[in-house]
Amino acid sequence: MSERIIEFREALNEALHEEMERDANVFIIGIDVGQYGGVLKVSKGIYERFGALRAVDTPISEEGFTGLGVGAALAGLRPVVELMYIDFSCLAMEPIINQAAKARYIFGGKADVPLVIRTQGGGGRGNAAQHSQSLEAVYAHIPGLIVVQPSTPKDAKGLLKSAIRNNNPVIFIEHKLLYNTKGPVPEGEYLIPLGKADIKRPGDDLTIVSSSRMVLFSLNAAEKLAAQGINAEVVDIRTLRPLDMETIADSVRKTHRLVVVNEGVRSGGFAAELMARAYEQVFDYLDAPIVRVTSEDVPIPYNERLELAALPTEQKIMDAVHSLF
Amino acid sequence: MPEALYLEMYRKMVLIRLFEEQARDLFMKNMMRGATHMYIGEEAIAVGVCAALNEGDTITSTHRGHGHCLAKGGDPKRMMAELLGRATGYCKGKGGSMHIADLDLGILGANGIVGGGISLAAGAAFAAKYRNDGAVCVCFFGDGAINQGNFHETANMAGLWKLPLIYVCERNLFAEFSYSDRFLADQDLTKRAIPFGFPGIEVDGNDVLAVHQAAQQAVARARRGDGPTLLVANSYRIMGHTIGDPLTYRTKGEVEEWQGPLHDPILRFKEYLLDHQVFEAGRLEALESEVRTEIAAAVQFALESPEPDLEALWEDVLGGYVNE
Repeated sequence: MSERIIEFREALNEALHEEMERDANVFIIGIDVGQYGGVLKVSKGIYERFGALRAVDTPISEEGFTGLGVGAALAGLRPVVELMYIDFSCLAMEPIINQAAKARYIFGGKADVPLVIRTQGGGGRGNAAQHSQSLEAVYAHIPGLIVVQPSTPKDAKGLLKSAIRNNNPVIFIEHKLLYNTKGPVPEGEYLIPLGKADIKRPGDDLTIVSSSRMVLFSLNAAEKLAAQGINAEVVDIRTLRPLDMETIADSVRKTHRLVVVNEGVRSGGFAAELMARAYEQVFDYLDAPIVRVTSEDVPIPYNERLELAALPTEQKIMDAVHSLF
Repeated sequence: MPEALYLEMYRKMVLIRLFEEQARDLFMKNMMRGATHMYIGEEAIAVGVCAALNEGDTITSTHRGHGHCLAKGGDPKRMMAELLGRATGYCKGKGGSMHIADLDLGILGANGIVGGGISLAAGAAFAAKYRNDGAVCVCFFGDGAINQGNFHETANMAGLWKLPLIYVCERNLFAEFSYSDRFLADQDLTKRAIPFGFPGIEVDGNDVLAVHQAAQQAVARARRGDGPTLLVANSYRIMGHTIGDPLTYRTKGEVEEWQGPLHDPILRFKEYLLDHQVFEAGRLEALESEVRTEIAAAVQFALESPEPDLEALWEDVLGGYVNE
């Protein structure tokens, strides 16, 4: 299939257009997603193409419109809810965690909840503590949810299409500093399966496991490490729940060393989960303790120097790798 | 005189009462786990409202949900089996009292979160409008839940978009373990509809015919595309918040008054039916006896049903998990 280079944002926009074209039950809902085209511009052109009923601008009522999305999904529609920042999802945790995630199980398997919640996560742009969090571990902690964090335009499009077609609630987290990134995206229709990791760079000397923007950091670090004679394999987990532990375990069995990178803060973060799972499954294959690179255990600060110090960086990943040899 | 409708409404009210009394007995015998909430005394609301609905209409319910489920046509056998945690229950024994749902009947679930069903109802009403299928959604909730933020958030959207939604606030006078009036800045709950531009109507929630009439008007308005209505149905919670509630916050005399012939919704409806010579006493007593048999059969079905297999623990967390 031929490819072209497009932005992450455009790839998501194409996924929305294609899925709304394909299935009349798919609609988007959220703050300024319609007439304005989305604060993130991911829904640009949707209102013009599909009209107000399928591109629903809402009041600033996160719990209300997210809950409305859950109810609409229970009633058979396929809502794509946009929560402008993942920080704002805290206002909507009730419908997400108590209603959407539980409905299938508590209703004896009869309820489909074909809901996607698209949201913007991560730091690095000076948005400070209430607009920069990486809360993926919060949702990855909840049985009944699927949690996705794409790193490339191609994955973003294919994963969003799969998320929309899936019959379970999906938390789809887009990193704010990935929207403008570019990459090759196939011309025609394709899907990327949920729950499958992807080896973004093969290597033999160690495994770096990450997701979202941290994959880009890991790949850059891997290039620099290669120049130093260390050949890192970079695994992009893509879906945090359910986690494709098989791909991670296979990689560690080959490389015998593991660094996990996650932008969430250290305590109780997803990096801790990755480490624990690896210790449970491939402890005997490890030649060195697992090292994690995470954000510091602080609210994300505004000042640029402080924010950079709080977040993972390429250098921190390289330092972690060096500590293994 | 719509005799068939009246007989069905009477049957449903008795069914709910006897179901609840049976559930209470099972709970007291330690045959149920967790907590359960009785709808006794509020039967006229669920029955009067649901009698105004069609099959394609949906409801959302509450933690005090058995009555809504039965009124919308739920199967007492599968409900009773669920209360006993059996594999044949509505939720395969994994939900219990507060999570009974029958999506095929438009029952979008009881709810363990006070007010949890309110935003789901807005979604179901939105779906009806989206499909333009003429369906409406009824959102049952209480005079405690009306203080939740999601009522105000979704009432705004429902008013704004004229969703086919009927808010039924069951004003049973209690918010968990307190009188609800302690938490209402203004005691007139119909006013809660005013800022959102739809009518708020008060109705005697222990008069099934009054409830039914008010519900019919609200449903007709919703089907016409004119938007939501808030019905405030005045009633009284005869039992505690949960079974086992010590009820230290109210007097026995007050409860007895509400249980008397002037207030009890079943006694009142029965008196109406007899006074207006709609039915002979014998016909109603025969019906009561039929319902008693039905409830006994439901208990027997539940008791004879198997517990879930251990494998069920891991089933239905995610489903239809295909990457089509």
